[in-house]
Amino acid sequence: MQQTRSVELGTGLFVLLGLAALFFLTTQTTGSSDFSASEAFEVTARFDNVGSLKNRAPVAMSGVTIGRVTSVEFDPLGLDAVVTFMIDNRFDQIPDDSDASILTSGLLGSQYIGLQPGGSDIYLEAGSEVQFTQSAIVIENLISKYLFNQDSDSGSE
Amino acid sequence: MLREIWYTFIGFVRTFGAMQLFFLRLLAASPSIFVRRFGLVVSQVYNAGALSLVIIMVCGFFVGGVLGLQGYSNLSKFNAEDAIGTFAAFSLLKELGPVITALLFAGRAGTALASEIGLMKATDQLSAMEMMAINPLRRVLVPRFLGGVISMPLLAAVFSMTGLFGAHLVGVNLLGVDAGAFWQQMAAALEPGDVYEGVIKSFVFGVVASVLAVWEGYNAVPTAEGVSRATTRTVVITAIAVLILDFMITAIAI
Repeated sequence: MQQTRSVELGTGLFVLLGLAALFFLTTQTTGSSDFSASEAFEVTARFDNVGSLKNRAPVAMSGVTIGRVTSVEFDPLGLDAVVTFMIDNRFDQIPDDSDASILTSGLLGSQYIGLQPGGSDIYLEAGSEVQFTQSAIVIENLISKYLFNQDSDSGSE
Repeated sequence: MLREIWYTFIGFVRTFGAMQLFFLRLLAASPSIFVRRFGLVVSQVYNAGALSLVIIMVCGFFVGGVLGLQGYSNLSKFNAEDAIGTFAAFSLLKELGPVITALLFAGRAGTALASEIGLMKATDQLSAMEMMAINPLRRVLVPRFLGGVISMPLLAAVFSMTGLFGAHLVGVNLLGVDAGAFWQQMAAALEPGDVYEGVIKSFVFGVVASVLAVWEGYNAVPTAEGVSRATTRTVVITAIAVLILDFMITAIAI
C-alpha cells in the first residue's frame, strides 16, 4: 500500500510538472498574448510599396503597439497594396488625418506600421481609410540613389 | 545472390507489416485498458515518465546552457546577443527538445520496457498468463505502451523548459545579457504554432518509441542473448526512426 501511494504521488507530481511546463511554454515564450484583438476596429491604408510587411505585424503609435495587421493584399484596380489592420477599441481618438508609414524595428528587424498623429477633430473608426501613407524604405533603392548621387557629384567636379 | 537479397527484402517488408498490425492491436485495446485498468497505466507512467525526470532535467539544463554559450559566442559577432533567448527557444522547442528527449527516452525507458518484456517472455511468464486466460497484450503490453505515449510529450516539455532556464542562467546570469530582452525577443519571435510543432513531434516520437520498445521485447528470442539483442535493437531502431520522422515532420511543417 505504501508503495502504491508513492507511485501515485510520483506520477501525479510528474504529470503536474509536465503540464506546468507545457503551460509555461505556451504562455511565456510566445507573443500571442501581448495584443488581443477581442475588441478592435478595422482600418485600411493604401501603400505604394509594403516591403516585407506581414500579417500579424504590429501597428504602433509612439512606439507602443496598439494593433495588428490582419491582411496585406494587392488591389488590381488601384495598382497598389491595401493593408487592413485592427486597432484596439481603447484607442478610438486617433485623428483621421494621421500618417501611416512602414518602418523597420532595428536595422534588420521585422517591419511594422507606425502611426503619426494628425490634427483633425474627426477620429478613425471602423472601416475608415488612412489617407496619408508612406511606403516601406527599400534598401536597394536607397543604395542606388546614393550611388547615383555620387556619380553626379564626381561628374560635376 | 539475387534470391538472398529478395528474401531479405521480403522478410523486411513482412516484419514491417507485422509491426503495423501489432500497432493496430495495441491501439484497438488502448481505450478500454485506459478506462478499466487505469491503475496499471499510472504505474507505467511512473516507470517511464517520473523515473526519467532526473536525466531529462539534467540533460535539458546543460543542453540549454550550451545553447546559451554557443549562441552568445556567435551572436555577439553581430552585436545581437540579445537574440540568445530566441535562438535557444527555437532550437529547444522545435528540434532539440523532442528529439533529444526521444533519444534519452529510448535509452532510459525503452530499454527498460524491452528487456522487461523480453525477460518475461524468456522466463515463460507471458505463456503462463495465456494459460490463465489472461491476454498478455492487454495486461502487459498496452499499459506500457500507454505509459510511454503519455510520458513523452510531458518529458519533452520539461526538457524544453529546463533548457530555457539553462540558457537563461548562462546568457543572463553569467554572460550579462539583459533579462528583459531575453524573454521579450523570444516572445516576439515565437508563435503558438512553433510550440505546437514541438508538442506534435514529441507525441509522435512517444508513440514510435513506445511501440518499438514493446514490439522488440515481445518478439525477443527468449534467451539471454536474444533479450540483450532486443534491448540494443530498441535503441538503434528508435534513434533511426525518430530522426527520419523528425525530418519528415519538419518538412511538412515548413
